[in-house]
Amino acid sequence: MDEQQSSSDLVEGLAARLAEAVETRTAISSLAGEREFTVDAAYDIQDAALARAVAGGETIVAAKLGLTSRAKQEQMGVSEALYGWLTDRHRLDPGQALDSGRLIQPRAEPEIALITSRDLEGPVGLHDVLAATEAVAPALDILDSRFAGYSFTLADVVADNCSAGAFVVGNPVPLGSIDLSLVGCVFEKNGELVGTAAGAAVLGHPAAAVAWFVRKLSERGKGLPAGSLILPGALTGAVPVGPGDSVVASFDRIGSVGLSVA
Amino acid sequence: MTTAQQRAEALYAARMTRVPIEPLTDADPGMTADDAYAVQTRFASMLLADGDSISGYKLGLTSKAMQQMMGISDPDFGPVLHSMVHDGDLDASAFIQPKVEAEIALVLDRPLKGPGVTTLAAARAVGGAVAAIEVVDSRIADWRIKLADTISDLASIGGVVMSSRIVPLDFDLRLVGMTFSLNGSVVATGAGAAALGNPLTALAWLANTLARHDVTLEEGMFVMTGSLHAAVDVGAGDAVRADFDRLGPVALRMA
Repeated sequence: MDEQQSSSDLVEGLAARLAEAVETRTAISSLAGEREFTVDAAYDIQDAALARAVAGGETIVAAKLGLTSRAKQEQMGVSEALYGWLTDRHRLDPGQALDSGRLIQPRAEPEIALITSRDLEGPVGLHDVLAATEAVAPALDILDSRFAGYSFTLADVVADNCSAGAFVVGNPVPLGSIDLSLVGCVFEKNGELVGTAAGAAVLGHPAAAVAWFVRKLSERGKGLPAGSLILPGALTGAVPVGPGDSVVASFDRIGSVGLSVA
Repeated sequence: MTTAQQRAEALYAARMTRVPIEPLTDADPGMTADDAYAVQTRFASMLLADGDSISGYKLGLTSKAMQQMMGISDPDFGPVLHSMVHDGDLDASAFIQPKVEAEIALVLDRPLKGPGVTTLAAARAVGGAVAAIEVVDSRIADWRIKLADTISDLASIGGVVMSSRIVPLDFDLRLVGMTFSLNGSVVATGAGAAALGNPLTALAWLANTLARHDVTLEEGMFVMTGSLHAAVDVGAGDAVRADFDRLGPVALRMA
């Protein structure tokens, strides 16, 4: 077997195992713990798993970033964020309850979602992203790692589509002159305060995180088309949620979005 | 048996000499919050006798994380004296083991006295909110404080720096965002709700608690409503800045 064939088998094999974990809602242990693979190979695995989902009828509707806070990067011993893709399978409309039976070990975190109105590609910076951003919206990202106890390496979590589980986006508002780095966020679970933050918690500015994402995509020959919805990373730590729980993320100038878990 | 006066004198001496003392609760593990406020009152009286005056108050232990660490469900408070209010330049040698934290200060347009002060009543007495940084410092060695230690020690006040911009409250203080930078790097972010759920609730709690000591918050006083993030160590040469949405920036430098 030549090296290329072996690498392609690895990618397809691991993508199949992750897809099975999603379908059967069964946590697995670290893939990188069995056989080391690079972060670049992890994105190949992510692409392969996503291609399976799309072949199965899912549509990509948003992008999401992870490890966008310095604290989380230090915790993982990495200096870079990561990205994944959200499909219509992950999407909840505001007011729609999350069926926890669909997920393995859900955790919620508050985000400021960006909606673009222009194509973005190549070596873009924060201001390019702001110029291309039409609106922002309050959002909740629901993580659901396929790795037991969220115990994973960077390559694992990239392969696992950035722990994508579900998401809900509230009412969009025009970006206008809002300084996203200063926008305050209050995150509550079952009426109790669980965290506060400002937008700068996301790589200094949520648009800076999106700029990183676009540059990263261009390394793989891709871009971000106009009309994209991006969840650029959490403002606070993630909290576990289960049946009966509700979470609310409230943002100054942007509004709030909530989710209840059934 | 050590008296409240003797404990206050030990803290006063530590503040003057900048030589910290062992925790009061080491010698008396049974020391209560009430015992500690009796020490605080005497410690403050000694400073007032030196010619100082009370400019405002500070709340401490206003975050759930700090309250859990201390095993309590209420914040604590202490007076802020005129000599503790600074413009942006501070001398590190004036402190023992300083840390800094960004807070929302509220300035009173009218007197406020409990009991029965609601969050709305507190809002009506407030002229505006001000971006602020508190320097906390402890006269207790290595910050080995229990609740009674920090209360006795004027709620670990070091000093305060406030913006000169007093912003009327036509927005939700809970949601006001803040980024905190040390030497140009963002090291923490937060929002107003970190202070007891709402800085105005913190003010109402203070007014109601002070009423038990027959103390009124006077017109023109300010109240530091509690940190919006975990405190950050500082020393000589450090530049600290807090940028608040709606309230603007406030900065200090330690020489």
